[in-house]
Amino acid sequence: MWSFFHKLGSPPWMYRISGSILSWLLPLTLLLLAVGSIWGLLYAPADFRQGNSFRIIYFHVPASVVALAAYYVMAIAGAVSLIWKMKMAEVAMKSCAPIGAALTFLGLISGAVWGKPTWGTWWVWDARITSMLILFFLYLGVVALYQAYENKAAAAKACAVLSLVGTVNIPIIYKSVDWWYSLHQPATIKFTEESTMHSDMLQPLLLMILAFYCLFTCSLLLNMRSELLRQGAGTNWVREQVLARRGTKGATDAV
Amino acid sequence: MKTAPLLPFLRASLRRQLLLAYRRPVDTVNPLLFFLLVVTLFPLGIGPDPSQLSEFAPGILWIVALLASLMAAEGMFRSDYEDGSLEQLLLSPQPLYLSALSYVFAHWLLTGLPLTLISPLFAMMLQLPAEALPVLLASMALGTAVLSLLGSIGAALTVSLKRGGMLISLIIMPLYIPVLIFGSSAVRFAVFGNDSQPQLLLIAGMLSLAIALAPFAIAAGLRISVDAG
Amino acid sequence: MSEPLINASGLCLERGGRQLLSNFELQVGSGELVLIEGANGSGKTTLLRSLAGLSELGQAGTITRNCEQLLYLGHKFGIKLQLSPAENLHWFCHSQGLDPAGINSALDRVGLYGYEDVLCQSLSAGQQRRVNLARLYLSSGGLWLLDEPFTAIDRDGVKALTQTLIDQVAGGGSVVLTSHQDLPLDVPLRRVILGATA
Repeated sequence: MWSFFHKLGSPPWMYRISGSILSWLLPLTLLLLAVGSIWGLLYAPADFRQGNSFRIIYFHVPASVVALAAYYVMAIAGAVSLIWKMKMAEVAMKSCAPIGAALTFLGLISGAVWGKPTWGTWWVWDARITSMLILFFLYLGVVALYQAYENKAAAAKACAVLSLVGTVNIPIIYKSVDWWYSLHQPATIKFTEESTMHSDMLQPLLLMILAFYCLFTCSLLLNMRSELLRQGAGTNWVREQVLARRGTKGATDAV
Repeated sequence: MKTAPLLPFLRASLRRQLLLAYRRPVDTVNPLLFFLLVVTLFPLGIGPDPSQLSEFAPGILWIVALLASLMAAEGMFRSDYEDGSLEQLLLSPQPLYLSALSYVFAHWLLTGLPLTLISPLFAMMLQLPAEALPVLLASMALGTAVLSLLGSIGAALTVSLKRGGMLISLIIMPLYIPVLIFGSSAVRFAVFGNDSQPQLLLIAGMLSLAIALAPFAIAAGLRISVDAG
Repeated sequence: MSEPLINASGLCLERGGRQLLSNFELQVGSGELVLIEGANGSGKTTLLRSLAGLSELGQAGTITRNCEQLLYLGHKFGIKLQLSPAENLHWFCHSQGLDPAGINSALDRVGLYGYEDVLCQSLSAGQQRRVNLARLYLSSGGLWLLDEPFTAIDRDGVKALTQTLIDQVAGGGSVVLTSHQDLPLDVPLRRVILGATA
């Protein structure tokens, strides 16, 4: 167990392992995304009320679900980095924030695109979308805090603390926004409380959620790898990686 | 480590904060003036119609209180960081959790409490019905304490940064949202003669949670900031 | 010699992407005076802050502290300009668990008799430094970590301060300090030179 922990803390090991994971995970992700999109966009039955416009949930819902999960991944990585002072957890946490922000942004944009045909307006202060917007701000806060610190080791610790504070707050924020919305609910159709979904619609959705989780994992690993290279610039293992990469390009490249 | 008497230390800390505020009253008065100024802006922006104003009053009062509290939080540890008092505080054998709590308490006494006490005046200016005043006072007293606790987390995390002012709004404002929601809705309920006890209890619940947890984050933030400087 | 008051072993310090120290060893026993020397940027301040426990970022290795009382005086004076010297020291005493009864005599010894209740903002830089140094007279014994204690002090002050260091060491305490100038009195001290290997 402990030796595994030690390996996990070693950049070259992590770089190698993540490379071999990506070699099969990346194609799998693309396959899942392709199958899920085609299934959801072309073959799933149209909604009897919203027609074809509902199909955007195949992007909206997975992006939103994974965006929230990514925050918890970030916070857990932050907690691990604070408690066990594990460098790799810091790298994971730092790499998680921009991906989470991007997913949240995707969720917001797809929500707006969905809102136009449904409510007739791009933006509605619906409970779920409002929570999403706040989650987006929470991510931006972490990213901005990291950027503001010159000392990157301090930046990682500060962001870990902030993301833990956010973790405690997210349930409170979500609940309070729900409550706020129920108080001010306009008389229009209650649309986000989906009626039970038909399984023909649900299956591609579940597949897309799985695909987005894989996509998140791939992005996280890729982001971590580039961060590892950046932090390790000048060390021996990075030099070896660079030399190996040059070697594969052929002997014509003079070193 | 030698054990040092705790209560005299907390008393000395509080005394020091209040003494500093007394010697530099602008820091305490500025947030209140800010409050007054922004409250004045609203009727100019949305029109003087009393019924409209009274409808918006709970929201306006709470948003302005939130901004004023945030503005005051920004400078909370600034001078202690710059003159090195923070280093001495971190080296002290006293538990940093309690030191942080004493800072927050002093901050609340100097911003949250005055904001609460002065809020009825602003409520009158915004035509808030007088029946809502007790609830306004209660929600402000509890809510500003939560704001002080959350704001000081942001202050602790950004104190070593040159341009911390804008950043603290960005990282702390989203955390203020539940207080805003329940605080303004408590007042609105009171305006319509409804029972606003649930909201007040929820804010009190958030306050207890914040008292229990926020000092850990503040302490961690201060350690990181002193280390990074 | 009994157990060292502070023991740093295998200490590696890194700041701003630069390796300042690697595998650095330092044991300070009671009754020792250690002078840390080195060029600007050789890591003297970072080392002292690490020893005090203020700096953990970029630090590897172990530091064990085994002292009742630890006093750190850094570049920042830790003085509130809106408070008087007595008020400043009052808070300091409570925060460090020291007896505030000694404040007046401590101020007396740094030559600030009569200035107890003047706000620090009306004092000169040297006098403010003396308020900072008055802490030394409040906490005898234990370990003192002093970063450039002689800056902004006049010649008599330097002599008096050196005598204080000698008294501290003679009383069983110990001192680690950094300084660019040599101590004016003949003191048995141990020199540690940083940056010699780099």
